[in-house]
Amino acid sequence: MNEDTSKKLGLVIPLILFVAMIPLFFFAMGEDKEEIPSPLIGKRMPDFLLPSLDGDGIYDRQSILGEPFILNVWGSWCPSCILEHPYLSELNQKGVKIVGLNYKDTEEGAREFLEKLGNPFAVIIVDAKGELGIELGVYGAPESYLLNGNGEILFKRVGVIDERIWKEQMEAIYLKAIENEKSEKGVN
Amino acid sequence: MLPEIGHSSLVLASLLAFLNVSFLVWLQLKSDAAIEQTSLFSLAAASRRLVIGQWFFVTLAFISLALCFVGNDFSVAYVVQHSNILLPLNYKISAVWGGHEGSLLLWLWILCLWSSMLVIVYRNQSLPMSVNIRLFGVLGFITLGFLLFILFTSNPFDRVLPVFPMDGQDLNPLLQDFGLIVHPPMLYMGYVGFSIPFAFAVTGLLEGEFDRTWAARAKPWAKGAWAFLTIGIALGSWWAYYELGWGGWWFWDPVENASFMPWLAGIALIHSLLACEKRDGFRIWTVLIAIICFSLSLLGTFMVRSGVLTSVHSFASDPSRGLFILVFLALVVGISLLLFFLRAGRLQTQTGFSFLSKEFFLLLNNIFLLVACSTVLLGTLFPIISDVLDLGKISVGPPYFNSLFFPLGVLLLFVMSIVPELRWGGVSLNESYRKIFVALLLSVLLSVLFLWLFFIDIHLKVLIVLSLCLWSLVLLFWRNGFVARILRLDLLKDMSISEKNMHLAHFGFLVALIGIALTSMYSEERDVSLGMNESVTIANHDFMFSGVEQLQGPNYLATRGLVKVTSPSGKALSLHPEKRHYYMQQKPMTEAAINPGFLRDIYVALGEDLGAERWSLRIYYKPFVRWIWLGALIMGLSCFYYLLSQNRLVKKVLGGDV
Repeated sequence: MNEDTSKKLGLVIPLILFVAMIPLFFFAMGEDKEEIPSPLIGKRMPDFLLPSLDGDGIYDRQSILGEPFILNVWGSWCPSCILEHPYLSELNQKGVKIVGLNYKDTEEGAREFLEKLGNPFAVIIVDAKGELGIELGVYGAPESYLLNGNGEILFKRVGVIDERIWKEQMEAIYLKAIENEKSEKGVN
Repeated sequence: MLPEIGHSSLVLASLLAFLNVSFLVWLQLKSDAAIEQTSLFSLAAASRRLVIGQWFFVTLAFISLALCFVGNDFSVAYVVQHSNILLPLNYKISAVWGGHEGSLLLWLWILCLWSSMLVIVYRNQSLPMSVNIRLFGVLGFITLGFLLFILFTSNPFDRVLPVFPMDGQDLNPLLQDFGLIVHPPMLYMGYVGFSIPFAFAVTGLLEGEFDRTWAARAKPWAKGAWAFLTIGIALGSWWAYYELGWGGWWFWDPVENASFMPWLAGIALIHSLLACEKRDGFRIWTVLIAIICFSLSLLGTFMVRSGVLTSVHSFASDPSRGLFILVFLALVVGISLLLFFLRAGRLQTQTGFSFLSKEFFLLLNNIFLLVACSTVLLGTLFPIISDVLDLGKISVGPPYFNSLFFPLGVLLLFVMSIVPELRWGGVSLNESYRKIFVALLLSVLLSVLFLWLFFIDIHLKVLIVLSLCLWSLVLLFWRNGFVARILRLDLLKDMSISEKNMHLAHFGFLVALIGIALTSMYSEERDVSLGMNESVTIANHDFMFSGVEQLQGPNYLATRGLVKVTSPSGKALSLHPEKRHYYMQQKPMTEAAINPGFLRDIYVALGEDLGAERWSLRIYYKPFVRWIWLGALIMGLSCFYYLLSQNRLVKKVLGGDV
């Protein structure tokens, strides 16, 4: 090898190093950092003792279970919840049970919100101080959990649920939970 | 209406940038002989006007977005996400660059600003016409890339129609601070400023020449960018120190590293440009560093925006954004490195120099800086590598960086102290040897004395760093007639502006380094739990807790603690650390109380309510921590001083060189 070629080879090193880095970045990008796995997935939701918005008594975990459902964390102070609300109503009309967790809100605020936008919730648990929120690891509103009839958390969504999110990420899990529920009942 | 004006301005700006790029391509495709001078002349003139045009339209877009914030236009998604009616006006304006889309717009605007400054400095056609076209073509390519990135993946003018919310979601409370208003623009001025030396380097490769004239042209821009970056990083560090409530000033966070790498490479670039200008050597090396420096800036942008890293700075990630910027990064860096491979050989020069020469030591300094840079790069990328290869999620922490930066810092300090003693081309050091050794001995003694008086115990590492810093200072003063000059208060008299710049920047570097060494080793920090009127003694200071009170802010509710501090000399002061709950967001924010001082900071942060009027408190005693930012300020300002004085000289210098 003469001196010229070896010099030429030296000049190509930066390019090679850089090109080697590209696939690294490409594959690293695929890893979804937004999806912070909740340690609660696969576990039962924490138990609680909280009043409902209707004032019809104190609820605990057992009282909201039975069939697969969505636990939706919302508040009238949260603009994104306004965005999300029509789709929740749509889901409710399709027969999906939704339990509301009114999070760090005022009673009047919550009532006004529901009067204006309708009430898709089977029951609304009031968590004014965010006690259950802490147990669940709520980041902010809106946030939704998909649970089966035994209260086991199957899926967690931070942010608004819309049609795309439901179809792509949640519906299959929900339908499977319904399926399991039916077959269990069949066996019994 | 305003969002549409902003949007169309961006479209128009991209058309103009596209023209700049097409001039460059046209010039590359034609052989030089086939081009008429007149058409070349009009293209060069046009390319300068196009740059100003881009700056005008991007400014228009920026103003439109700011007005959307001021006018509470919640039909704009970006405004909804980062503002609300209660937000004070100054934060509404700074919220313009508080999120991903807007901060990219700021990035772009600053790029256009730098390019326009280039046009203004060279307005008298003092650059050859082809250089003119190529330079603005390269910059136009970068501008176009960012414009398309904004328009296709991150448009801040996207609307939420037809139903839009009545109020927005508020700006992240962390970002409601003076720090946010100034930190990103400064940092971006630095990052983006390196695009100018980069453009010179690539143009040089295209033209097939990069000699001392080119180095002289690129050097002030490199210094300017580096000065802004220095101050931007210092501001970020200062902001983290008083706002985040973590009590530290540097965390080796991936995004901090992303700004630190171009900073290190920037030092290498400035010194390499200097050597190239003075001795006409190091051409290939200088071009390579100019490319690396801007590539690292782009890489930083990519890492923050694409979600490959998780950090406090990360913006919401979106795969399409990541892919776009990755492709763009690959194009810009790939093409320039390819050009480097194909063309750099032509820049070769033969300049000999001996071992004990300024050139050799500058080269050594360059190598140490690049090693430091690679160290940071590796530490930052390693978690990604291990993640991609499925070796498990790993984070590389401060121990890695600290253990590598100590020896590198010592080597750098050593070279830095010696370089000013050496001459270009190399000369025997005989008469300096004694001086150098005497100075070293003197500084070791001084350091031991100082550490013993101030802190009693002496850490070896601090002693080494401090001795080398003092050595550098002693040599600096000695060379310039030390005592006599101090007495006459004219330390910097009879020096050229570049020399002053060099000495001041080195001085600032030493001040910062002394601050880093002392605060790292001698800080005291304690987490304590205190009840009403209980007290604790830390670093000879007495801290007494006298309960908390509730306080109403404009858009938050605060719990404010009262802490009385008594210093060893009996001086008393009271500190009020706060915990704030912003109405719109659920996160509580810590506002630490800091009592600053030239020789030490006292820092108290309020922790958790432990019940029964007991609170957990975090207390720090940080000696010499201010010196870090003071040093950075001196470094930055010394370069600005150089640039400002250069301005008058600019015509003379450039008039002569073309």
